[in-house]
Amino acid sequence: MTRPALFLLATPLLAACDGPLSTLRPSGPIAADIAFLWWVMLAGAVLITVFVLVLLVLAFGAPRRVQARAWTHGLGLWFSLVILSAVLGAGLWVGERILPRDDGAVTVQAHAFQWGWEFTHTDADGQEVQTANLLHIPAGQPVDVLITSEDVIHSFWVPQLAGKMDAIPGRTNRTRIEANAPGAYEGLCAEFCGIGHARMRFSVQAHTDWPPDLSEDDDTDMQEGAP
Amino acid sequence: MTDATTPTVAPERAAPVTLARNPSQRALGLHRELTRVWRNDRGLWGQITAVNHTTLGLRFMGTALIFFAIGGILSMLIRTQLATHEGAFLDTDLYNQIFTMHGSIMMFLFAIPMLEGLGIWLLPKLLGTRDMAFPRLTALGYWCYLFGGLIMLTALLFGVAPHDGWFMYTPLSDATHSPGINADVWLLGVTFVEISAVAAAVEITVTILRQRAPGMRLTEMPLFAWYMLGTSVMMLVGFPPLIAGSVLLELERAFGWPFFDPTRGGDPLLWQHLFWLFGHPEVYIIFLPAAGAMSMIIPVMCRTTILGYGAIVAAILALVFLSFGLWVHHMFTVGIPHMALAFFSAASVLVAVPTAVQVFAWIGTMWKGRPEMHLPMYHILGFFLTFVMGGLTGVMLAIVPFNWQAHDTAFVTAHLHYVLIGGFVFPMMAAATYWLPLISGKRRIKGLGEAAFWVILLGFHGTFFIMHLTGLLGMPRRIDVYPDNPEWVWLNLTSSIFSFVLTIGFAMFVLDLILQVTLGKRERRDPWRAPTLDWAMPIPSPSYNFASIPTPQHLGHTARNAVLSLARGEGALPGAPKGRRELLVTSVGDAQPHHVALLPGNTALPLGLSASIGVFVLLMLAGQYALAGLALVPVAMLIWVWARGMAPAGDLGRVLVAPDLRLPVHHRVHPSLGRTGLSAFLVANGTLFVSLMFGVAFLSVVTPASVPPVAGAQTLSSALGLGLIAIALALAAGVARTPTRGAVALTLGLNLVALLALLWLAFSQMDDPTRHARDALRAVVAGYVGLHILAAAAMAAFVLDQFRRGEIDAQTQGALSALQLWQGFTTAVALISVLVLGAQVVLS
Repeated sequence: MTRPALFLLATPLLAACDGPLSTLRPSGPIAADIAFLWWVMLAGAVLITVFVLVLLVLAFGAPRRVQARAWTHGLGLWFSLVILSAVLGAGLWVGERILPRDDGAVTVQAHAFQWGWEFTHTDADGQEVQTANLLHIPAGQPVDVLITSEDVIHSFWVPQLAGKMDAIPGRTNRTRIEANAPGAYEGLCAEFCGIGHARMRFSVQAHTDWPPDLSEDDDTDMQEGAP
Repeated sequence: MTDATTPTVAPERAAPVTLARNPSQRALGLHRELTRVWRNDRGLWGQITAVNHTTLGLRFMGTALIFFAIGGILSMLIRTQLATHEGAFLDTDLYNQIFTMHGSIMMFLFAIPMLEGLGIWLLPKLLGTRDMAFPRLTALGYWCYLFGGLIMLTALLFGVAPHDGWFMYTPLSDATHSPGINADVWLLGVTFVEISAVAAAVEITVTILRQRAPGMRLTEMPLFAWYMLGTSVMMLVGFPPLIAGSVLLELERAFGWPFFDPTRGGDPLLWQHLFWLFGHPEVYIIFLPAAGAMSMIIPVMCRTTILGYGAIVAAILALVFLSFGLWVHHMFTVGIPHMALAFFSAASVLVAVPTAVQVFAWIGTMWKGRPEMHLPMYHILGFFLTFVMGGLTGVMLAIVPFNWQAHDTAFVTAHLHYVLIGGFVFPMMAAATYWLPLISGKRRIKGLGEAAFWVILLGFHGTFFIMHLTGLLGMPRRIDVYPDNPEWVWLNLTSSIFSFVLTIGFAMFVLDLILQVTLGKRERRDPWRAPTLDWAMPIPSPSYNFASIPTPQHLGHTARNAVLSLARGEGALPGAPKGRRELLVTSVGDAQPHHVALLPGNTALPLGLSASIGVFVLLMLAGQYALAGLALVPVAMLIWVWARGMAPAGDLGRVLVAPDLRLPVHHRVHPSLGRTGLSAFLVANGTLFVSLMFGVAFLSVVTPASVPPVAGAQTLSSALGLGLIAIALALAAGVARTPTRGAVALTLGLNLVALLALLWLAFSQMDDPTRHARDALRAVVAGYVGLHILAAAAMAAFVLDQFRRGEIDAQTQGALSALQLWQGFTTAVALISVLVLGAQVVLS
């Protein structure tokens, strides 16, 4: 295909993957790792689907002499095991990279309730600052979020930064997120929690300076989120 | 051939089953004799009293289709609401009811009853017998399904349908966050319907194991029977955790006994574990019968035999076991430890292997044969395309990091529809088009079925393929509006438009079925030239299936060659010479003839019992708990009447099965079908008990610590009470083994002593169950054991009554064997409960 044609094809496809809540437009290393894993798995799935369809097409026609074990053991057992082991290995490897760990990362808190979020971070004086539906985090470093719930199960999710983690009453869950660049990112509740679930949204503001100075209306560290 | 009082030991495996041929009779005369005995009564009363498996199997499937249509209409409403980003079509609470009911109807009122119906309708024909093992139980299952479904539908019509999602997570579904009867409708309605699932599971297990035609070895039976056996065992173990969870949540909502409330020692995650312990096996329960249908249809469509019979059986068994070890993959985001994440990810990935073995075995069969494009083959190709894609997205979801992005988004909705419609609906459409001639005796009208297939295929993929992208763009499940995300509009609009195409396709499919049944030309017998027994009979199938039971000589031939010989009575147990419904019971491994079972005739008792259970359910829904308790009395009485129907009556002499073989009737042998059925039921019951123990362990060990209040029980008194219960029940289990009147009376007395001790413990020593989960669980376990002791006492009383009537003698056991088994189970659960709760006290 010619370069312009490829470009014409790619642009709408790439545009189709865009959006403030898109997992395919990662803005941080964790979301990027997962997105890469997705593209690899998609490629594999396409190949396997085509392979099975080709086998089906070839099945039509005169009867053939077949070796039962080639199908049941060769394909069914070994072919599957090899592919599945590879994908499992990739998943475990990526999983290890994205988990929270004890490395002194900045910690913030997210408290979910029907139907909103109360976030807490520590400012320069060591005081806890609470914000409604807006989470402040530092940019360019991992942040661990401690997630709790007031009432029913909710879920904390910022798709451009990381995977989701549920907010369960009676428990504190911990997840790690990271934004590459300062800016605003969108988040949502991802566990059905009643009438207000659809509108239970929040935003994340990543700052170059940490702890952030929220007293002025200074926009120097509040640029547009990375595409 | 055998002495009726000793358990029959199956002969050496080396000796093949041989039966002499019965003399040939006039086929028409035999047909009339059998029809008189086996047919339903006339008119509406006949429909109410029918217990025949063909009637009931079709009824299950027909009702399931109607619920599919209702669930489908609900899905149209959902897609209409989601077509634009701030649809004003439905208000939010109504939308929540609609998506909850869509999922609940499709899973509980369509898929499960559909596969039960297929099993009930087809298995006796495939296995060479005349009916399922427990015809009245089949009917009871149907009525419970119908009434439970109607209760849920009525709630929808009145705007009080469940609205917390089809998996009803707590605390959203508890009394604080979902006041009103919506959640109770789900809990009570679904549990009511699940009576039919457990009943069908018991029956299918017993029928496959013990009613196969003589000489049809377990290792040679049709693959559909292996699939259904796996399915029924999975149902026996898979449904009880849901029933346990539903009972606990209903107790929490109705009486305030905390199990899932974190402020009182409960845990919302306990619900999720119990639900998904059911929920994951559930989807394999749905898939296996569909795979079984395909294993029967593909070889016939390809004019060959299945490739890899042994490998497929191994794959079925692997799926049965593995599928119970995966449930946590629905809970990857709840905050479970990393080792658990890795384990369940690996297990979930591994389960794709037995599935792949089957898929490649089927394709290999097609390579081996010459595939012919009849209508069932279209749907089978639709299955391959759709299910393989769905399975691949399932493997993706098993990978934890990806799951953390895709969980609870439209990606999962797309995946589950790919595997459910691909893996169940397409195969069921293949099955319907394949077996409809046997059901109706008619031929289809060419063209409409193929057109329906293409419209369905286009509509399905148009709706759900793009939904994967919708989910990856961040659209979560279960929202009704998305005003901040215009980038999702074109995706949702596309899905909505194609969903209408899909509906048109399904309507065309149903129209094709209706036209075939009403206007089709008469079809010739055995239209597919199939090798299995289901086609070795006239079409449409007669109420008795086989004028004589197929013998090894018939099993070796195609249906075409066997049918006339069977119709002339040359097989075993020809006709119904004594005017009663007889079938042959054989051994589990080699199908050696064992005895003749006498089946009950038409009766309205199943409807009565189901209705009385329905009254109990409705009173619970109305909040009239005292009256509901009283309503259990008629239920118990009807169960007694039911048991009376099994008592020996009439001619109990040996029956001539073949010229060289006379066999005893079931009253005079051990084990009877009823005994095997009770064993199967106790597998389910035992799983329920294990689920309760799991709850105790989970809340004691895993739940973040919540200090329970000090127990008010006095150690010495409680220990004495528990000891008394344990000793009384242990004695009862031992005493019940002696088959005399005195021993049974003593058993009754010991049970009553244990019951009184338990009641004393409950009311004087145990704490208020509403205080803390520990106390609530103790109360539930005490109630569970108490109910079992009560049932044991009632059984002992029943056996004493049988002694009084002279129904028990040296050759006839009556209900004694059932009492022994039940007493053993009751004693075991009581002793284990005492140990577990005692350990909890000691360790705390």
